[in-house]
Amino acid sequence: MGNDNTREKSGNALLDWFDARLPVTPFWKNVMTGYYAPKNFNFWYYFGVLSLVVLAIQILSGIFLTMHYKPDAELAFASVEYIMRDVEWGWLIRYMHSTGASFFFIVIYLHMFRALLYGSHRAPRELVWVFGMLLYVALMAEAFMGYVLPWGQMSYWGAQVIINLFGAIPWIGEGLTEWIRGDYFISDATLNRFFALHVIALPLALLGLVLLHLVALRENGSNNPDGIEIKANKDENGIPVDGIPFHPYYTIKDTFGIGFFLMIFAFVIFFWPEAGGLFLEHDNFIPADPLVTPAHIKPVWYFTPYYAILKAVPDKLMGVILMGISVGVLFLLPWLDRSPAKSIRYKGLWYKILLTLFVIAFIRLGMLGMAEGTPAQTVEMRIWTFVYFSFFVLLFFLSPKAKTKPVPERLTH
Amino acid sequence: MNMKPFAVIFSLAIMMSASLPVFAAAGGDLMHADTNVRDTASVQRGARLFVNYCLSCHDASYMRYNRLVQDLGLEEDAVMENLVFSDAKIGDRMEIAMRPQDAEAWLGKTPPNLSLVARSRGTDWLYTYMMTFYEDETGGWNNLALPNASMPHVMWQLQGIQKPMYAKDDAGHDVIDHLVVYEPGLQSPEEYEATVNDLVTFLEYLAEPAKLKRTSIGIWVLLFLGLFTGVAYLMKAEFWRDVH
Repeated sequence: MGNDNTREKSGNALLDWFDARLPVTPFWKNVMTGYYAPKNFNFWYYFGVLSLVVLAIQILSGIFLTMHYKPDAELAFASVEYIMRDVEWGWLIRYMHSTGASFFFIVIYLHMFRALLYGSHRAPRELVWVFGMLLYVALMAEAFMGYVLPWGQMSYWGAQVIINLFGAIPWIGEGLTEWIRGDYFISDATLNRFFALHVIALPLALLGLVLLHLVALRENGSNNPDGIEIKANKDENGIPVDGIPFHPYYTIKDTFGIGFFLMIFAFVIFFWPEAGGLFLEHDNFIPADPLVTPAHIKPVWYFTPYYAILKAVPDKLMGVILMGISVGVLFLLPWLDRSPAKSIRYKGLWYKILLTLFVIAFIRLGMLGMAEGTPAQTVEMRIWTFVYFSFFVLLFFLSPKAKTKPVPERLTH
Repeated sequence: MNMKPFAVIFSLAIMMSASLPVFAAAGGDLMHADTNVRDTASVQRGARLFVNYCLSCHDASYMRYNRLVQDLGLEEDAVMENLVFSDAKIGDRMEIAMRPQDAEAWLGKTPPNLSLVARSRGTDWLYTYMMTFYEDETGGWNNLALPNASMPHVMWQLQGIQKPMYAKDDAGHDVIDHLVVYEPGLQSPEEYEATVNDLVTFLEYLAEPAKLKRTSIGIWVLLFLGLFTGVAYLMKAEFWRDVH
């Protein structure tokens, strides 16, 4: 959109001054008022904007934490307590950040589940999904390194366990773990580099990927609960008949959604910040001690489904490989689902059963991944690991053949 | 909102699977502490117990004395007189005079910093710990919550001395069934329970002084957000009237 003098003047001198130098109005029109979104977004469509809200909360609270936190093995734990006690509003900033970490994953998991419900990852939106998955992996790295920073017992020993997983790789494993830690064990060097990655490298990667995710999304526009393309039905002005302008319709709807979300978020921050040991683990209120191993080491809840898959396999290397596959296979979902219908509404009963079992497997694995690992739990972990992977295999083979219901031409409601 | 049959069945299946217990090793039975950090008198009594019985060996160095002035409605002089026994100043941290090396030499290991113990162990555990010291066969102190604890029963003069009563378990082994006081202390069992409860209440406050503030602020935050969300909903409904 080069600057031609034919463009309409707004009548606002300041805006016109800017428009002559920067495409403010065209950009606003392009992404907000002139972008037509399907009119039937439901509950599940809040979680995209909510993940942006949580990202903003994490960056803002993170900036203030960085002003008081000390990335030094001798000082880190005490500096967090200093923030909690002596820094003005420090406890609020810290709880926002710690609660935000868990809420980021809650929101992302629901956002991903929405894609599975309505086929948001299917053609032509495969790249939206791939960028989203890269975001998810970057977020896992961000969360893992962030969890090490308070330098509590679970920070230390959780990092120890996770980094040692790389040691299972033949030939290079040992050297690789040393390279990651920057030392022969988790130490001040590890804490320092994790801090650098957590506050600079990964947030930059996240922001870049968010941009790609959104640009790729807007290229084809959002999918919808019916899984049909609203651009297939346009009026004489070229506007989708089932579309409504993103602004003001979805901006005001999202404002309501954000308000509702913030109520839940604030409730946890002010009344339940530890979430019973899920968001802030009890053992992490003990300073890191390389000489004392906690009785029960486990990652934070958002990693435990994968941790359970790791533990379900007796062989360490095979476990690590299977855990890698369990994340990696998600990247392939747009190509594994070959059903002519995108949305669960028209796919038929088989998909409802598969998806329900998949979600139950993910939740049970998450619960089992936190547990101590008794033999009975190991058996259950193996069953749900099998169910988890069966989802992808069955989806690939059943989806092209299974009978679908007729897909409507227009949005249903 | 019309719930479709699938949504209902799906939600029920998820809730059922999430509420099924994960079979776990049974944790020891803990007694229940009845704490309320907003009960300032209880926290004050607990603070007094803490500085008298705990602070000589255990650090609470993340905490400053003057925080007690602000949070517990005390005068600076009162804190200095009743709660500060070292040469610390009012703005200092609650530290012990003993050097860590000496503590290790004299006591076997450095007694843990108690600033956060209520968050790592939980109040019920702390209550149980302070209630279940007993004299074992060796004539030394032992504890039901932390077997072979190296810490002696510092409040034994208050509670008295307890001895274990044994019973047979399923496998026929002798296990401790309960404790009985065989040498009464200065306090009755009920008084001692209240004493321990005060101490644990203080420890809970000590672990998170912000707790006093956050719940009272939280109510206002939620009220504001509720109002905001309500207005946003009305606006949304108004804007969306012309969407069919």
